[in-house]
Amino acid sequence: MNLRKLTGAAVAAVLALPMFASGANAYELVIPTLDYRTGPYAPNGIPVANGFTDYLNMLNERDGGINGVKIKHVDCETGYNTKKGVECYEKIKNTSPSGALAIQPLSTGITYQLIPKASVDEVPIFSMGYGRTSAANGKVFPWVFNFPATYWSQATALVQYIADQEGGFDALKGKKIYLVYHNSAYGKEPIRTLEAMADKFGYEFRGLPVDHPGQEQKATWLQIRKEKPDWVLMWGWGVMNQVAIKEAASIRFPMDHFIGVWWSGSENDVMPAGDAADGYLSGAFHAPGGGFPVHDDIRKHVYDKGLGKGDRDRIGEVLYNRGTVAAMWTTEAIRKAMEIHGTKEVTGKHVRDGFEALDVDEARLEELGLGGFTYPVKITCENHEGPGKVAVQQWDAKAKQWNIVSKFYEPLRDITGPLIEADSAAYAAENNVTPRDC
Amino acid sequence: MFYRESGQLKSSYISDQAMFPIAQDRWFVIGVLALAFLVVPFVINEYWANAILLPFLVYALAALGLNILTGYCGQVSLGTGAFMAVGAYASFKLVGFFPEANFLIVLALSGVVTAAVGMIFGLPSLRIKGFYLAVATLAAQFFLVWMFNKVGWFYDYNLTGMITVRPIDFFGIQITGPEATPAAKYLFTLTVVAVLALSAKNIVRGRVGREWMAIRDMDIAAELIGIRPLQAKLSAFAVSSFYIGVAGALYFAVYLGSVEPVEAFDINQSFYVLFIIIIGGLGSVLGAFLGSAFIVLIPILLKNIMVGGMGFGSGMAGHVEILLMGMLIIFFLIVEPHGLARLWQIAKEKLRLWPFPH
Repeated sequence: MNLRKLTGAAVAAVLALPMFASGANAYELVIPTLDYRTGPYAPNGIPVANGFTDYLNMLNERDGGINGVKIKHVDCETGYNTKKGVECYEKIKNTSPSGALAIQPLSTGITYQLIPKASVDEVPIFSMGYGRTSAANGKVFPWVFNFPATYWSQATALVQYIADQEGGFDALKGKKIYLVYHNSAYGKEPIRTLEAMADKFGYEFRGLPVDHPGQEQKATWLQIRKEKPDWVLMWGWGVMNQVAIKEAASIRFPMDHFIGVWWSGSENDVMPAGDAADGYLSGAFHAPGGGFPVHDDIRKHVYDKGLGKGDRDRIGEVLYNRGTVAAMWTTEAIRKAMEIHGTKEVTGKHVRDGFEALDVDEARLEELGLGGFTYPVKITCENHEGPGKVAVQQWDAKAKQWNIVSKFYEPLRDITGPLIEADSAAYAAENNVTPRDC
Repeated sequence: MFYRESGQLKSSYISDQAMFPIAQDRWFVIGVLALAFLVVPFVINEYWANAILLPFLVYALAALGLNILTGYCGQVSLGTGAFMAVGAYASFKLVGFFPEANFLIVLALSGVVTAAVGMIFGLPSLRIKGFYLAVATLAAQFFLVWMFNKVGWFYDYNLTGMITVRPIDFFGIQITGPEATPAAKYLFTLTVVAVLALSAKNIVRGRVGREWMAIRDMDIAAELIGIRPLQAKLSAFAVSSFYIGVAGALYFAVYLGSVEPVEAFDINQSFYVLFIIIIGGLGSVLGAFLGSAFIVLIPILLKNIMVGGMGFGSGMAGHVEILLMGMLIIFFLIVEPHGLARLWQIAKEKLRLWPFPH
């Protein structure tokens, strides 16, 4: 066999392999994820992807999937890059046998890209706590779900926390609240809400953009040092988070007046700054830590069999849990879809209905081994955001762990409501969408 | 034996000056175009259109634009990303102002706007050369992207600073947005790219193209034989920016649908297109297509082989892909520093003798 034949055979084998792989005829539930394990956002992308995958593998190993139907997890590497995200989406959306049942873009930019496509391709988008905030309006965005809370709800929650620390909303008057944000669609999301609240509560607001990838922030923090804001909020992601926390530490900005979005509050973000990060705050909608029954099941059914995606001792990190909770809600939506439509061979269309009728209450969380992990979520036709509650967690550098230090704040719906209404109406007008009746 | 021009006698000026004087070349190009226009649209699916062919065509067009400036006129530019952004934002605003306008006109106007901007940023080329000019165009890159992100007028004051294309009809067929069929998007883009590529081929072998090449090879000598550097250089910037602007508008409207300025048009985009023309071949129309195929398609091919065929994890495959891509680029640059187009030329020379080399 000469080289040419050998290459020919290799190419033929490569082309033939996927055909054999998909030859299995049992129905499977395809759950794709767009991950990023490369590039400047990998430190945060990896734990989310691991938590998500491990939970699905655990269901497969422990229960044989969802109601006995195996889950087929398909991942695709985007590097947090929109172009690669488009390629990935086109690649995985028709994966046999069920087609993508729900898609997790894990990037606000890619979510924006996919929102118009979702209704055409009939793939529900589950952008859990990111993406387009006004997608909370289910009348205009029937295919997009962003529960359990949006960035705007979170912005109002963080301001409520600040008000609590300062002694009421009246005490906000004249205070300076700055926002350090990733200069992208993601980072700009909260600005309008923070401005609206600035008008209402009388604090002084200012946004300081940080360009992708976020390693260069000296000027930003010099400005903060000069102007001495009372509170700094941060909408950061990837390497930007660690740099910001280190910079804040180097200008001795009080860490307990520095609050990150829930994407800026994981172990990866605070560890590089060492003890100086002690007291740093961030938003949260689920508990940190790896002591829940679900984690025991993951260790037993996944890691003991050598199927784990990541390191065993990183189970329970904040972003790992974020991935786990996303997988939980996705699989519960599929379960619900099976229940509503009375079939085990669900499609994307069914799962959309499942998301819309999702109701994961305390008792259900307890059954899933996630009692007290997060709050109950109930989705309706018009409200795709769900409860929208956000708590604040704090980093304890000595014990190396996050602790939730506040109650779960209800969002200020009188502020976010009209903004959501206006933004979704603008989308509907631009794209010729007729809002449906709910 | 099969590829040779002996016996192809030219009896008129027209046949002597034809774009592809060798019959085999002519038939090859016609064949490729026929395949692309008549066969591909019927077999294309969304994956092939949105993930493979549209980026390939759009980047080929942008590379063609940069090749006119850098390959033919010798002016190094690092502002390609920004000029693509100008084209994209121009088309966004134009569609906003004139929703009923034919999209071809919008594309042409976007190109004209970009050409104007390109000429302004090309003015320093009259005084500075080489790396220094590259740095001057870098200013365009950073300034323009910053401006599109900062000034609300460009993105219609929306919340996120992203621009999203409206659904556009082209003679009754939708060509943008999610409802557009892959074949419609592909055919529209292909038509624009094919027409512009053939025009480029014509421009560069005419008077203007020869002026550019004279400037590239030695500007003082060119000036001495009567070529005005001002006109030659600025026309190169204008034509190049026109192409890049049209590519940017297609990139935004047809390929991606919505873009974020900092991510979609950052400095990496400029390097990306520059790599395409370096790998493909400076000063070659074909090179733009070969380079675009190499830089856009090989990573996707590698990924699909590693993930689909060999069962790699997606993260692992991502890292190996970066590694292999780097190695391939170095390999090709060592084997043929003049790019893939030069390899093609060598292959053609060998073909004259094949299969009887002695």
